[in-house]
Amino acid sequence: MEKVDTTAAPAVQTGPDPVVGPGHNYATVTDKIAAVPLEVGWPRFWIVGFTITFGIVMMFLATVAWLVLRGVGIWGINIPVGWGFDIINFVWWIGIGHAGTLISAILLLLKQQWRMSISRFAEAMTLFAVACAFMYPTFHTGRPWLAYWLLPYPNTMSMWPQPRSPLLWDVFAVSTYGTISLVFWYVGLIPDLATMRDKAKNKITQILYGMLALGWRGSARHWNHYEIASLVLAGMSTPLVLSVHTVVSFDFAVGLIPGWHATIFPPYFVAGAIYSGFAMVLTLAIPLRHWYKMQDFITMKHIDNMCKVMLATGLIVAYGYFMEAFMAWYSGNLWEMFMFKNRTTGPYGWAYWSLILFNVTIPQVLWSKKARANVPLVFVVSLVINIGMWLERFVIIVTSLHRDFLPSSWGMYYPTKYDWSMYIGTIGLFLCLMYVFVRLLPAISIFEVRTILPKPEKGGSH
Amino acid sequence: MRKPLYGLMAEFATPDQLVHAAETAHHEGYRKMDAYSPLPIEELHHAMHIPNSPLPRFVLAGGILGCIGGFGLLYWISAIAYPLNVGGRPYNSWPAFIPITFETTVLLAGLTTLATLVFLCGFPMPYHPVFNVPRFKLASRDRFFLCIEAEDPKFDLKRTRQFLETLHPHEISEVET
Repeated sequence: MEKVDTTAAPAVQTGPDPVVGPGHNYATVTDKIAAVPLEVGWPRFWIVGFTITFGIVMMFLATVAWLVLRGVGIWGINIPVGWGFDIINFVWWIGIGHAGTLISAILLLLKQQWRMSISRFAEAMTLFAVACAFMYPTFHTGRPWLAYWLLPYPNTMSMWPQPRSPLLWDVFAVSTYGTISLVFWYVGLIPDLATMRDKAKNKITQILYGMLALGWRGSARHWNHYEIASLVLAGMSTPLVLSVHTVVSFDFAVGLIPGWHATIFPPYFVAGAIYSGFAMVLTLAIPLRHWYKMQDFITMKHIDNMCKVMLATGLIVAYGYFMEAFMAWYSGNLWEMFMFKNRTTGPYGWAYWSLILFNVTIPQVLWSKKARANVPLVFVVSLVINIGMWLERFVIIVTSLHRDFLPSSWGMYYPTKYDWSMYIGTIGLFLCLMYVFVRLLPAISIFEVRTILPKPEKGGSH
Repeated sequence: MRKPLYGLMAEFATPDQLVHAAETAHHEGYRKMDAYSPLPIEELHHAMHIPNSPLPRFVLAGGILGCIGGFGLLYWISAIAYPLNVGGRPYNSWPAFIPITFETTVLLAGLTTLATLVFLCGFPMPYHPVFNVPRFKLASRDRFFLCIEAEDPKFDLKRTRQFLETLHPHEISEVET
């Protein structure tokens, strides 16, 4: 985090697009953000939203219960498409999570001040997205109660997992990613939990926040350790987040299926992950700032910057699509060429062209400054990109698998209602956890926002 | 009977005043003291001559352990415990072990960071004398505090209070243990 410089000019940007609204000081920032869990209580939009998403979680649990009873046969997967919605949604959720780590770690190392007010809930989004992603491979094993067999541990079967398989790399990458994201998020929360403890109105909330705050008191010696710990964690999370989607792309790229066996996959997947993650941050941030009146902290500057990141990563993704087409032709490989022809003009051609429309064509509107300043339009574009990135994974997985080398083993993939209810169910779970999070914890990092405020004048800030 | 004193605490309104106060106190010869602020202040570390945190060294050790441990585990699985001959490829196919070795390195280094931070700060510490000052609640909101502890050899209730008053604090309070 930025340190307060006691000699230079105020660190906060002034002008038409500030990262914090005008007129704020340490006290108002603290009071306004801490009021959301402590004082705002149970506003109607929260109750309605939570009730709906909680209902969807119940549907998710019912689906999972039926899935465990009957097995993965209730899904639409079969030979030749053995990886259907489960892997599509796994990759989609993991990708969404990446923006949280990017904002909290990479932008911290790059000293981007605008990250301060969006990092907390973007990290929460990462955790919940990883939790949703985790469901799919776990249930795809068919016997989720034996999922621990994926881990290397001494067992009576004297068997060990295969460390040369990208699927085992995935187990380590995703579990490490989930653990380190949780550690990073919690370490970032400690000073704010102390604020919540000190502002709590009743004994129970005070004790609960107090226990979580571990006894933080803002000591200079503690800040000394704390700052270096944050920096070290950011330094580790940066290569970690890049490694996670690289490993996810290896699940495909190490295989020999036409359309998967490509060296462009790791960078193309990482860019796509950041692209979809920023789209999801905007999808969540726009209603959040509106409902909780947080326009002073999530300003137009943030929305503008996030749109620019989406534009940049979207172009990298578009380059990836182009390269896939180019390599299919340039390789001279019969199956690669057929794969591309089938992808664009075969039975799933509609999915490919919708993906190009959603991920490449429509987001180009963000070149216009006017469009980036139009909040409802940005919200719609972010939803379009979310859908587009989902279609991308659908196209990569289904069109490559359904027609590979032997025409005699071709087939079609149709998702069943259980595929859909599980997919919608994880979206419900994700949103429900977000509702719980904004109700219980400060959704914006209070102490980090303090560091970008102008310094108070002598004797001021009463 | 009065409880023994933990120290004297002065409250300031701005980070600059706190840095100035800490600097002056250090200059006066006070060593057993601590400053409390709602945000990190780099100048404070210099003013109080706080040594660099040893945390990165622990993290490095954790990372090296994770790296060697992770690679060692994979080597042991593939070459010793469960050797599988796949098309005559070597048992110690180390390039394939790199991704997991990287992940275990980060995992152990990250967990070490959290453990070391908690250990170095002496957490969890639900009780601390400074919380006895009612206005100390504001240390996590917008106020800045300097506490000179009674353990300091130079500490003298009367003289230390006089010294703190020269710094023009908002308020001086006695901190009970």
